[in-house]
Amino acid sequence: MRWVNVRPGRRNALLLGAMPLLAILAAYLFAAAMRHAANPSDKLLPTPVAMATALRGLLLEADPLTGRIIFWADTLASLQRLGIALGLCTASALLVGLVLGVLPVARATLGGLVTTVAVIPPIALLPILFIVFGLGETAKVALIVVGVAPFLIRDLADHVAALPREQIVKAQTLGASSWQLALRVALPQALPRLIAGLRLSLGPAWVYLISAEAIASDVGLGYRIFLVRRYLSMDIIIPYVAWIALLAILMDVALAQLSRRAFAWAHRA
Amino acid sequence: MTTVLAFDQVWLEYRDKIVLERVSLNIAEGSFVSIVGPSGAGKSSFLRLALGQEAPTRGDILLDGKIMPAECGPDRGVVFQRYSVFPHLSVLRNVMFGAECRAAPFTARLFGGARRRAAEEAEAMLAEVGLADARDLYPADLSGGMQQRLAIAQALIARPRLLLLDEPFGALDPGVRRDMHRLILRLWREHGLTVLMVTHDINEAFKLGTRLLAFDKRRHDPHAPHRFGATALYDLALSEAPPEPDGITIDREVNNPERVIP
Repeated sequence: MRWVNVRPGRRNALLLGAMPLLAILAAYLFAAAMRHAANPSDKLLPTPVAMATALRGLLLEADPLTGRIIFWADTLASLQRLGIALGLCTASALLVGLVLGVLPVARATLGGLVTTVAVIPPIALLPILFIVFGLGETAKVALIVVGVAPFLIRDLADHVAALPREQIVKAQTLGASSWQLALRVALPQALPRLIAGLRLSLGPAWVYLISAEAIASDVGLGYRIFLVRRYLSMDIIIPYVAWIALLAILMDVALAQLSRRAFAWAHRA
Repeated sequence: MTTVLAFDQVWLEYRDKIVLERVSLNIAEGSFVSIVGPSGAGKSSFLRLALGQEAPTRGDILLDGKIMPAECGPDRGVVFQRYSVFPHLSVLRNVMFGAECRAAPFTARLFGGARRRAAEEAEAMLAEVGLADARDLYPADLSGGMQQRLAIAQALIARPRLLLLDEPFGALDPGVRRDMHRLILRLWREHGLTVLMVTHDINEAFKLGTRLLAFDKRRHDPHAPHRFGATALYDLALSEAPPEPDGITIDREVNNPERVIP
């Protein structure tokens, strides 16, 4: 049999997918053990026990300064920033993207502006955002919005504009006005695309969040890993990075599920 | 007979390319007009003009004696070869779409009794095209023939003055196509429709139509082929009486094309 025709079954696919992850884990454990054998106080590759001990401090003991449990305070702060920002992105993408996609006049007027904003590297705008909005929550949320919203808007506008001409004509022959066209034809077909765009944007959104937190913050997952970097605390950084990865995966899976449940028609083969 | 749609010296040009020239014809109420012609002969452009999707460069298009605005409206229904149903709506909701737009300008949705009445009307229409059992399916679950049945039901329930078909059966299997011929003829007679149908299939054109328009260019200039537009070169009355859906002999289908060539 040719290699191109060899397809793993469901269980084998799971097994194959887990193999590289397990291999990396094993390699890490081996390397950590080696380094600790040579130098018991090694900080670069902490053992799982060291990581658990470090995390315990952050998970069980309240911060004497704020009285809050640091791990959960960081998680909450980061998720709140991300949630508000992605909410704003979604709302603006729906509104602006739909209008741009449906109305050629709006596209001609605002399309260039959106494209221009989209090509500016968001991190380059961070100083401006800090100067304008101060070092508080607003600037961090604004960075994510500036980074993600133009992509979502363009993606959605393109998708709506690419709806088959036949559908748009058909709706008009059934008496639909511009508003009814946007509401009943464009919007429902834009929603699954919006979710797909949001899933793709999760990665960049996390990048902007961590960047903003690293530069100016006093709480947050990104703030914490950049703070403890000063003490070479790999035993905190590695669990935090794993936790961020887990949160990102959970968000992605939740959005995928939402799309499949709410827009089953879009997922037929 | 009353004229539903009239083309009066209509030209359609894109920059210096002439697509249609001097198209003048009247479409009588209750006629089934087949439109044939080689690719690029302006059949679809003609249909887009009739639909109002495009404006003529010169000349007038009159619907019921009044100049027709260059915009699609509910007085002209359409079925395209593909993509003319809404993939995000169930079969029933697809057929209800027109009623919902008409009755609810802001929400485009009906509730309560009005919704029930619209649904009943839509179900009756679905039964007429043989989709009664498919009311809760989505278009992606339907075969090509069923999708076209749905598109026809969706267009007919809005009671258009004119039904425009743009190669509606072009993507269907021969057997399915025969069923669709029977269906469209039945609907045409029962609803007293006026139909304009563009087709590539010359047999289909003769089988269904009461009148046949063959579009082509009057002149070909090899040095400037784009400077001569197409027009309805042949205009044949096929039969006064509506053809019976199944009463067409092979002879007529074979003999008629010979009459086209003068």
